[in-house]
Amino acid sequence: MADEKVLEIHHLSKTFGTNVVLRDIDFSVRAGDVTCIIGASGSGKSTLLRCINLLETPTTGEILYHDVDITDRKVSVPSYRTKVGMVFQNFNLFNNMTVLENCMVGQIKVLKKDKEEAKKKAMMFLEKVGMAPYINAKPRQLSGGQKQRVAIARALAMEPEILLFDEPTSALDPQMVGEVLAVMRTLASEGLTMIIVTHEMAFARDVSNRVVYMAGGVIEEEGNPADIFGNPQKSSTKEFLNRFMQG
Amino acid sequence: MSLPSDFLGRMLFILHEYGPSFLRGAGKTMAIAIVGTLVGCIIGFAVGIVQTIPVSKNDSFAKRFLLKTVKIISNIYVEIFRGTPMMVQAMFIFYGSSALFNFNMSIVFASYFIVSINTGAYMAETVRGGILSIDPGQTEGAKAIGMTHFQTMINVIMPQAIRNIMPQIGNNLIINIKDTCVLSVIGVVELFYATKGVAGAYYTYFEAFTITMIIYFILTFTCSRILRHWEKKMDGPDSYDLATTDTLAYTSGMVRFPDPKEKEDR
Repeated sequence: MADEKVLEIHHLSKTFGTNVVLRDIDFSVRAGDVTCIIGASGSGKSTLLRCINLLETPTTGEILYHDVDITDRKVSVPSYRTKVGMVFQNFNLFNNMTVLENCMVGQIKVLKKDKEEAKKKAMMFLEKVGMAPYINAKPRQLSGGQKQRVAIARALAMEPEILLFDEPTSALDPQMVGEVLAVMRTLASEGLTMIIVTHEMAFARDVSNRVVYMAGGVIEEEGNPADIFGNPQKSSTKEFLNRFMQG
Repeated sequence: MSLPSDFLGRMLFILHEYGPSFLRGAGKTMAIAIVGTLVGCIIGFAVGIVQTIPVSKNDSFAKRFLLKTVKIISNIYVEIFRGTPMMVQAMFIFYGSSALFNFNMSIVFASYFIVSINTGAYMAETVRGGILSIDPGQTEGAKAIGMTHFQTMINVIMPQAIRNIMPQIGNNLIINIKDTCVLSVIGVVELFYATKGVAGAYYTYFEAFTITMIIYFILTFTCSRILRHWEKKMDGPDSYDLATTDTLAYTSGMVRFPDPKEKEDR
């Protein structure tokens, strides 16, 4: 079971007008994998992640989730999205709801759970990210790191199989980065399947079991973190990592 | 009883004599304005929401065709009713309905109808603007937890859009309170029409319209205050309670997470 591929991407391309953002991407994720996607800004990392969640419609190619092509028109996108959650760079918490409501609304409206059950589950995950005391706060009353932790709890409350993180710490100051990464480390150690687009190289090295380096809309190199960071094969990867490690 | 010789006296005199007329007129004005604004809001929400439904290439031909048709019709509606004076619309609809369709509207129904569709046309644009003003991230956040477009609209976008367009709804209500006076052309006895009748009885135009000015102002000012208060209430309290029995246990920024890296370092 552990080796089962939950997500397979074949020949995925995405163009915006004449601008080719992703070129023939092939890539798969097994259950329990923590995959970090690294690369310079504009290399297509975020677009790849957004394609996986179908927030962007791929131009060509297929995305297989448990062997079902979800780019097929007949597949229900909303129910797929309950299985593949997403955490955004800008948190995207619902501003009209409290922290608790943010974590309950999806369970109630989408998964059709009753209120009590949804509240219990929401509290469980808020506890986990350390935001349980703040259930009555509105997003505008929270700091960035707190917002992101709530956003993670909101995504977890749907009990997804895969969780996508789109630069979850890029909008945060260094101290807040720490608190969010700590939560993500816990999730990784618990065996949640995650795909993480990040600029936190140390985090990618320590937490992931696969690293994908992207440049110019293609996957330049992928492998386990020790190989990518310790012994990169391509010069472009080397150059990119050098720049980061010095910085 | 004869007319007093001083201005204030004459005002009090006609107020005493015709007070109920003014009140009935003001009541009708408020009824038309409030019903018109409410129904107009409903029309506006419907049209505004339809106009912001995204169409993707993946949708079926029937759905795209239907949406396109509805959008064109609602556009025509908005442009026509925004682009012509309400006074002319009132004449056109009230007399046109009996001339063309042999449908005799009551004057009161006609006034509710005209104010409603007129407000609806303005509100449609306001609602569209309100929806566009919400950060697209909110929609993405909702979609990412599996909400459909409809669920996203109801639970996430509209509550925020409504808060943002509250000042404009208030604006519309106040405009409607004042603009119902143009409906006097079809003979509905609202405040302006009532005042004309009162003024004519003793030729006390200045006095009667002074009273009416004051009444209009009281109506609009009260409404704007009530709406402002309502807006504040919608915003909710500025502070929140920490959900913990020990108030010192978790204060903001005090939560520390064990960092596995730190442990290794030690």
